[in-house]
Amino acid sequence: MVVREKILDMVVGCFKRHGAKRLDTPAFELKEMLTEKYGEDSGLIYDLKDQGGELLSLRYDLTVPFARYLAMNKVKKMKRYHVGKVWRRESPTIVQGRYREFCQCDFDIAGQFDPMIPDAECLKIMCEILSGLQLGDFIIKVNDRRILDGMFAVCGVPESKFHAICSSIDKLDKISWKDVRHEIVAKKGLAPEVADRIGDYVQCHGGVSLIEQMFQDPRLSQNKQALDGLGDLRLLFEYLTLFGIAEKISFDLSLARGLDYYTGVIYEAVLLQTPAQAQESFNVGSVAAGGRYDKLVGMFDPKGHKVPCVGLSIGVERIFSIVEQRMKTFGQKIRTTETQVFVATPQKNFIHERLKLIAELWDAGIKAELLYKNNPKLLTQLHYCEDMGIPLVVIIGEQEMKEGIIKLRSVASREEVAIKRENLVAEIQKRLSES
Amino acid sequence: MAERAALEELVRLQGERVRGLKQQKASAEQIEEEVAKLLKLKAQLGPDEGKQKFVLKTPKGTRDYSPRQMAIREKVFDVIISCFKRHGAEVIDTPVFELKETLTGKYGEDSKLIYDLKDQGGELLSLRYDLTVPFARYLAMNKLTNIKRYHIAKVYRRDNPAMTRGRYREFYQCDFDIAGQFDPMIPDAECLKIMCEILSSLQIGDFLVKVNDRRILDGMFAICGVPDSKFRTICSSVDKLDKVSWEEVKNEMVGEKGLTPEVADHIGDYVQQHGGVSLVEQLLQDPKLSQNKQALEGLEDLKLLFEYLTLFGIADKISFDLSLARGLDYYTGVIYEAVLLQTPVRPGEEPLGVGSVAAGGRYDGLALEEKVRTTETQVLVASAQKRLLEERLKLVSELWDAGIKAELLYKKNPKLLNQLQYCEEAGIPLVAIIGEQELKDGVIKLRSVASREEVDVRREDLVEEIKRRTSPALCIC
Repeated sequence: MVVREKILDMVVGCFKRHGAKRLDTPAFELKEMLTEKYGEDSGLIYDLKDQGGELLSLRYDLTVPFARYLAMNKVKKMKRYHVGKVWRRESPTIVQGRYREFCQCDFDIAGQFDPMIPDAECLKIMCEILSGLQLGDFIIKVNDRRILDGMFAVCGVPESKFHAICSSIDKLDKISWKDVRHEIVAKKGLAPEVADRIGDYVQCHGGVSLIEQMFQDPRLSQNKQALDGLGDLRLLFEYLTLFGIAEKISFDLSLARGLDYYTGVIYEAVLLQTPAQAQESFNVGSVAAGGRYDKLVGMFDPKGHKVPCVGLSIGVERIFSIVEQRMKTFGQKIRTTETQVFVATPQKNFIHERLKLIAELWDAGIKAELLYKNNPKLLTQLHYCEDMGIPLVVIIGEQEMKEGIIKLRSVASREEVAIKRENLVAEIQKRLSES
Repeated sequence: MAERAALEELVRLQGERVRGLKQQKASAEQIEEEVAKLLKLKAQLGPDEGKQKFVLKTPKGTRDYSPRQMAIREKVFDVIISCFKRHGAEVIDTPVFELKETLTGKYGEDSKLIYDLKDQGGELLSLRYDLTVPFARYLAMNKLTNIKRYHIAKVYRRDNPAMTRGRYREFYQCDFDIAGQFDPMIPDAECLKIMCEILSSLQIGDFLVKVNDRRILDGMFAICGVPDSKFRTICSSVDKLDKVSWEEVKNEMVGEKGLTPEVADHIGDYVQQHGGVSLVEQLLQDPKLSQNKQALEGLEDLKLLFEYLTLFGIADKISFDLSLARGLDYYTGVIYEAVLLQTPVRPGEEPLGVGSVAAGGRYDGLALEEKVRTTETQVLVASAQKRLLEERLKLVSELWDAGIKAELLYKKNPKLLNQLQYCEEAGIPLVAIIGEQELKDGVIKLRSVASREEVDVRREDLVEEIKRRTSPALCIC
């Protein structure tokens, strides 16, 4: 939990730095809110039993509830973040870090704005978070729904097969082009020539020069949709360069992303593994993803009014797994409490003194503990401090009471020093601020 | 055709009903229900092109938390959590659903209020009803005997919500528990110390913590002559003493619950008492009560508790109150409940308790008077002229990279006035204004939104200047 808290603090800190407000929604929605929003994934939604009232389902992500909130409250512009659990009925494989209940950290910008500035900020945020978490090198793949659709069209894919071919292409990050090509020809009924044309495109990835290249592509440049997408990507890369992150971004024509509701730019961040990590199957897939979805709010609004949106989701569960695994590998100890001072005594019948002293510390805002024993042994108390990683001990006994002092002991160095009772709080605060 | 006409008539009647309710200013909840019925009827008439068939709302008894509500909630949770941490508690989290069998048989009559998940071919699941049973499951599963933990999370009950009175179907519980065998009353005293620290820090007004003990109550009922079988039901009558008078409670016990008037009077002698440690001493001397072993145990423990509470400096906030009877199902010893106090109408009268404030209970009763910011943005990066978007993007990126909370408007050529107004509305204290002349001179204009004073700052000094101005010790925006 402590590891989770630190990671979440970092993520939320970044969202706040970018001026986002926080939102929370209920764990479940009316079933009909979630219907027809997730395409093939709809079968993975947890339904609540019909107990005579409204039909409900557990939320599958934080994006659809956001769109519902915007429509319900007639909000036209909002920059919000939402940290919360979502639930999906897929068969979990713990190594891949995909559980049935997991935490998502979403950041979204809703509203009609000048193009690509909010989109660029989303990517900047993703970079800040992934760098800040020090997970190693990463890359963010970027593509655009319109470029994908345009590409399929000019390659000769029948519209009815767009979706099916898309989900095959999406597998290119895990399996080879040869295997994907086989799937789309043999299983999805695409002509081999068409498949080969697709192959020419989807194996391309690069920086802004690839965008220029695609602009010149004789086939693609004939397709208006693709041109719109390419134009937006070009503008996006300009802004990403100004933000200083262009070298982390890769325009990747094989990026297809599952969810139905994306309408424009889409992106996905993956960690780059060292060969050693690859051996230990650290591969956990993408750690953050998102895109633009301009039509979702319109599906909720009674008059169909659209509110364009762009956003991202940080896959914190995968990140937790990685960080926890890493801490185990390096044998790093994790403290589960933040206690700073332990109140101890070697003497019997000193419970009253300990209670008085600890109340002084709490009232001064110091994090302190004592054992719930009237007459604990000193050694037991010191062991407890070592186990829990508590850095300081205050020891009180008969001798100290007579002299009006308290012994302050550092657990790590075992050095003890006598402090006057009235100076104790100040001395502790001084030491804590120095460490 | 006749069917359709009948349906249309139903729609008309239902529509009138809704209108009537609205006129009478019936509860929002009732209106919502009738509107939903109306829409269902309308839908049966046949789908209208382009019109949605559902009502845009959150499920009954639940609500969204807007940014303003979240900002308030975060402030409150920060106070509570820092207090828990100060006392060395660990935090845990558990899944929102448990195996149905884990929750079965734990909640008595309330079990019918549990939300079940649909059987979709896997394990049978239910949404958690509280945080205590999951905690017990956690301890058993991990074979733990000693732990001091807090858990803040939402729980789910298919209650009849009265949202105007703050009762929801999805709501937060904030549990702090100490599990383990320890020397008596020290952990109990720490719990009360924590409650006092939290309620003081939240600054929601004066409060009082009522304390009682289940063994004292049971002992008291026994010596007053209450039959064993009536203990629980008499308990719930006594519990109402914080809201209604003793006369009314007595009438209920005699008239509805079959106690003899003498027994009721005996009870009355005790339950109308409350006080400090002197009351504990008094009852230890009470000829009847001191004959009852249970009651004696309870009183001795309370005596010890008060000793520790005095050492903790909070004894003046604690009241030993013999009418406190809540939640007796779970508790076996000391019980406590914190109430907010209202200043009395007539001088010399005692303050009235206006409702219990349990950790994790209602937060929406709070009304903060100061302006609540929903973001923490420190600087807006603005431009005074057109065609300065690139410069704004570069500058805001510099600020983010330096850890400063900054924003810009998503417009290529925003008007300066709009940018300044945005700052005032959002409570952003500083503006960094880029202008053509300033760019040439290598400076940025740093403006305080509150004072409207502007000063030119060299580009290379800007980050430091902003940090200086926004550092917590020295906020001079």
